[in-house]
Amino acid sequence: MNPITDIAPQLFRGFGTTVTILIASAIFSYIMAFIAGLCRLSKNTFLRKFTGLYIEIFRGTSLIVQLFWLYYAIPILFDIDLPSNWIIGVIAIGLNYGAYLSEVVRGSILSIAPGQSEAATALNMSSFQRMRFVIFPQAIRMMMPEFGNYTIQMLKGTALVSLIGLRDVFYYGDIMRSTNLAHAPLIYVVVLIFYFILALPLIFLTRKAESIAKKGVAN
Amino acid sequence: MAEPIVRYQDVHKSFGDVEVLKGIDLDIFPAEKVAIIGPSGSGKTTIIRMLMTLEEPTSGDIIVDGTNLWKMEKNGRMTEANEKHLRSVRGDIGMVFQHFNLFPHMTILENCMTAPIRVKGEDKQEVEQRSIEMLERVGLGDKIHNYPSQLSGGQKQRVAMARALVMRPKIMLFDEVTSALDPELVGEVLEVIRDIAKNDDMAMVLVTHEMDFALDIADKVLFLDEGVIAEQGSASDVIEHSQNERLQEFLSRFRG
Ligand SMILES: Nc1ncnc2c1ncn2[C@@H]1O[C@H](COP(=O)(O)OP(=O)(O)OP(=O)(O)O)[C@@H](O)[C@H]1O
Ligand SMILES: [Mg+2]
Repeated sequence: MNPITDIAPQLFRGFGTTVTILIASAIFSYIMAFIAGLCRLSKNTFLRKFTGLYIEIFRGTSLIVQLFWLYYAIPILFDIDLPSNWIIGVIAIGLNYGAYLSEVVRGSILSIAPGQSEAATALNMSSFQRMRFVIFPQAIRMMMPEFGNYTIQMLKGTALVSLIGLRDVFYYGDIMRSTNLAHAPLIYVVVLIFYFILALPLIFLTRKAESIAKKGVAN
Repeated sequence: MAEPIVRYQDVHKSFGDVEVLKGIDLDIFPAEKVAIIGPSGSGKTTIIRMLMTLEEPTSGDIIVDGTNLWKMEKNGRMTEANEKHLRSVRGDIGMVFQHFNLFPHMTILENCMTAPIRVKGEDKQEVEQRSIEMLERVGLGDKIHNYPSQLSGGQKQRVAMARALVMRPKIMLFDEVTSALDPELVGEVLEVIRDIAKNDDMAMVLVTHEMDFALDIADKVLFLDEGVIAEQGSASDVIEHSQNERLQEFLSRFRG
């Protein structure tokens, strides 16, 4: 079995699913991260507690269980036909990583020296302006490397969607393995290489983010 | 005499159980230069931070240009000020900090321009021109596109002053603005303050350990000790002729 002519084309059939799931769940998790991260810093106790609960639940339980739970529970809870499995996958991964990333958002905002906010107050900025012009732009630089790292993890996490019937790279690898058991090690090596190649741009961007973060905020 | 631009009336401040200011009464007049001296922990920083709205008094009133800073009228009753009220009053006040607190993600010019444009809604071109003039005045006309991390401490502090001045405050607060600097950089910063003090008609409140400097520019010197103003008067009265023992002892530490 030739890895390039026999295995790669098969795996490539799942490429689109893996990439679209990754992009959609990354975007969704970033949005969740900012909403939940800012809610955690809100003065409103209910908001703080409520988002705290979301974060602890999604960090404290495993992604695969969350995925299955959503897969089976959403149709029952909302009495709707199953939306596409693709959407279920995106929601599960997005909510899970959004919980982790919201702590990154919160931590970065809190890590900005209080003197920055005080200087902004002395320039008569409102609390919104302090966040918008002073705190947030600095916090973003600090967040980027962690966002990169979690996005790489998210890529690896997308393989789980094969378990709810989505045909991603891992799914096609698994199918091949089940019909060519003797070639399993080779097939999985090619699968690994596939994921690694997908991760490369993310690794590169994360490195770049690290260097920006390092020089961007030093007083 | 003119009306004071700032008036402290029996202002107290506690942190937890510790009362650090025990009844401050103080008038600051337009264009007056006030120096606050006193031992570490006596409450100097806290006095000016309350005026900048960075710290809320425990009791008492601070009146700025006739308006109560920390209280406002609501349905005929005085209540705690909200952010809108604080913003409407503190617009006339600017502050320079010990550790500069420049915005590291903005150039020097952007540091100066952001607030006039975003907070006061002024015209961008006009603000840019004014900012450049101000940066030239503090001797940094050739650095306007640099980032704070590329400057020395003395240069950063001069930027911080330009940034505050571009807002055209009526009252400027300086909290030990030279004490985080290497000794050889102190002079350049004091020079700028001296220039502002002599040429601008803002009121200035300086917390400082530079006694000679205070003597030179201050109209009024306050000696703060254990949370009260233990001595106040003209610079020469307080620094050179006071009989207060605690003050004598404090001053002796600055004379070799
Ligand atoms: N946020 C705070 N929480 C608790 N205690 C505080 C706080 N800020 C100041 N203090 C205490 O209040 C007292 C007065 O502090 P302040 O900074 O006003 O003194 P200072 O005269 O400026 O001293 P220094 O010359 O060291 O700057 C000190 O004992 C200080 O420890
Ligand atoms: Mg102090």
